[in-house]
Amino acid sequence: MEFFTLHDFMTYSKGITYLVMGAILVFMPVYWLYLTDRDD
Amino acid sequence: MAISRRKFLGCLTAALGTTTGVGALAHAASNKDFKGYPDSFGVLHDSTKCIGCRKCEEACNTVNELGKPEKPFDDLTVLDERRRTDEAEYTVVNKFNGVFAKTQCNHCQEPACASACFVKAFKKDKTGAVIYDESLCVGCRYCMVACPFNVPAYTYNDPLTPKVTKCTLCHPRIIEGKLPGCVEICPKEALIFGKRSDLVKLAWTRITEKSDRYIQHVYGEHEMGGTSWLYIAGVPFDQIGMREDLGTTSAPELTSGALASVPIVVGLWPVLLTGVYAIAKRKDKIAKEEQETAVQDAIDTATEEMNKQLAQLKDKMTKEQQTAVANEVKKALEEAAKKAEEEAKASEEGDADPADAASGEEEDK
Amino acid sequence: MENNSNQPYNWFTPFNILTAVVLGVGLVLTIARFGWGIGAVTNLDNNNPWGLWIGFDLLCGVALAAGGFTTSAACYIFGLKRFHSAVRPAILTAFLGYALVVFALHYDVGRPWKLPYPIFVSQGTSSLLFEVGLCVFLYLTVLFIEWTPAAFEWLGFKNLRRIVVKLTLLLTIFGVILSTLHQSSLGALFMIAPSKLHPLWYSGYLHVYFFISAIFAGLSMVVFEGSLAHKWLHHKMDDTHLSEADGVVLGFGKAASFIMMGYLGIKVIGLAVDNNWHYLGTGWGAWYLVEIIGFVLLPAILYSVGAREKKLKLIRIAAAWTVLGIVLNRFNISMIAFNYHLPAADRYFPSIPEIGVTIFIVFVGITVYRFITAKMPILYEHPEYKEEH
Repeated sequence: MEFFTLHDFMTYSKGITYLVMGAILVFMPVYWLYLTDRDD
Repeated sequence: MAISRRKFLGCLTAALGTTTGVGALAHAASNKDFKGYPDSFGVLHDSTKCIGCRKCEEACNTVNELGKPEKPFDDLTVLDERRRTDEAEYTVVNKFNGVFAKTQCNHCQEPACASACFVKAFKKDKTGAVIYDESLCVGCRYCMVACPFNVPAYTYNDPLTPKVTKCTLCHPRIIEGKLPGCVEICPKEALIFGKRSDLVKLAWTRITEKSDRYIQHVYGEHEMGGTSWLYIAGVPFDQIGMREDLGTTSAPELTSGALASVPIVVGLWPVLLTGVYAIAKRKDKIAKEEQETAVQDAIDTATEEMNKQLAQLKDKMTKEQQTAVANEVKKALEEAAKKAEEEAKASEEGDADPADAASGEEEDK
Repeated sequence: MENNSNQPYNWFTPFNILTAVVLGVGLVLTIARFGWGIGAVTNLDNNNPWGLWIGFDLLCGVALAAGGFTTSAACYIFGLKRFHSAVRPAILTAFLGYALVVFALHYDVGRPWKLPYPIFVSQGTSSLLFEVGLCVFLYLTVLFIEWTPAAFEWLGFKNLRRIVVKLTLLLTIFGVILSTLHQSSLGALFMIAPSKLHPLWYSGYLHVYFFISAIFAGLSMVVFEGSLAHKWLHHKMDDTHLSEADGVVLGFGKAASFIMMGYLGIKVIGLAVDNNWHYLGTGWGAWYLVEIIGFVLLPAILYSVGAREKKLKLIRIAAAWTVLGIVLNRFNISMIAFNYHLPAADRYFPSIPEIGVTIFIVFVGITVYRFITAKMPILYEHPEYKEEH
């Protein structure tokens, strides 16, 4: 990808970042359940 | 350096060519510094040459089909009013103590409107124009809040298809190889169309050559990260209605800090909040366990005490038995037996009143 | 009881009549707005694209609905179980608040039928308004789910209710994250316009200021709304709610007071960082001091006196005062100190129909709140689910 304006760059990079955020929000609760499911 | 149509066509081909070429790639590798589209166009307005004829307003009206104006374009009295761009006029000329200033979209290098738009309705084009796509626009008008030059206007009185209006740099005409309407008609060459990089040089050349005639400032070279429209003038710009306190920070830079904190919150809040929750839960659990232990302890102590007392009583009774006189032994034994029987009965009935227990027994029989 | 069995419900109370009038006028204004355009009912113009509908309906609406996430976080994340009875009313207010914000936006934006565009059609990810829109959309969904147990109890859907109750912690954490993001981003919206917002209100910390002030706004709103509910809906409350209510008022008052002092601290830091002290001597400076001393410091002190002396009445007054302060702050940023450089003739003041629509929307909220609290277990616990927590 080539970018000529900071705005275009940000639109692209923030787009990816939003997807990462979504992934984190799904992953973290699942990981917490995995981490604690053997607790009494 | 006013350019002819043929020259301009050459520029256009060059511009369209390089943007798809290899030259731009090296530049894009750096993600910290963006210089804008190379060979993008702009317009230089030399305020010292402007005579306030309103021909540019008229051409703009024709090109953009904005309809009949309230006052005809040859009526120059409107120049004394303070006008701004709106849905009927994409460009206006105002007079300040005999000096004229033209206002229209400045086509920022890093447009605040595009940065603000949450549906990507604004786009900085490789020609330099900031173009607007009505079909995406929700009409939140955040672009108008964001624009430091107060340029975009809104068709507030249209109930069904309201839209943002602003100068397009005559983008459709540029694509066709034509000059923007206002530039083409200007009789005094106060407006010069060309590559922005060339225009910056031209502006400084004029300022340097006639330093007594110009203020040492090319407005738009750095304002808000730079604009495609550039201005030179003989009086300070804040005296002709142009703000000089805008700074050089571009719109996306102004919001990048706050935007950058968003993903970090998403990354760390789940950790922090779940941690706080786990600690609170653990405290609750410990408190509960402690309470249970305390209750158990209390029960244990009570039981022990009772057993002790019982043992003592037994002991005492045994001793009494041993030391008692024969008659009394018999009596005492009888009494003890009776007492034990009663106690047993009472404990069988729980806490119930002995009288009730007795009557209950009778009823059972 | 509103619906006493041996006494027919009296529809013609003064408040009901007022409600009917407001809703009627609102309907007329709605027709005018959608039939003749925004320009027909508002004083908005090209220099002032955002007015009362953004300044009050959006900014104040969202800030004052922050009670939902603060209360549920206190109860479910921080483990302060004694606030449990305050959670449901707070969630309901938040849900209604956000629903009304979205409802009001339909009046303000030019083409409301395109409101789903930023999320589903063309994502302008460089915009803070995109962030706000996405979060408000998601949080409205979260609040709706958080509120459904009350509806399920009313309707008797036990299985559905059990599933949602199991998700409580997850929904609460989601709610706090989304609230942090959009509360702060609402402030950050104005960071793109340093040349328009007066330097005393413009700051690189605007997003932090909005988030922190939303927390004490939410807490104050819970107390404020609680005192209104106690006055008018006392009969709907069960013993648990009534016995915990004083503790909620005291606890929230104490928390709000401390957070407000923290907020004052970071406001002063903002002055120091941007070296804005000299503005304090100007007229704008005086107005700024009215806001942060008159509507942050003083109510914070009143809160502290109320909390120390255990005088609930003082805390309730402080809560209403703080709510006013939040409205003042949001008005300052979106309208009063915004476009401060424009000549007086170009400044904005809302039109009567504009104010009318805002009042209409508030009354729609009150009416729905009254309906829901009358029908569903909000201010009391449903007898079948009492032992669960």
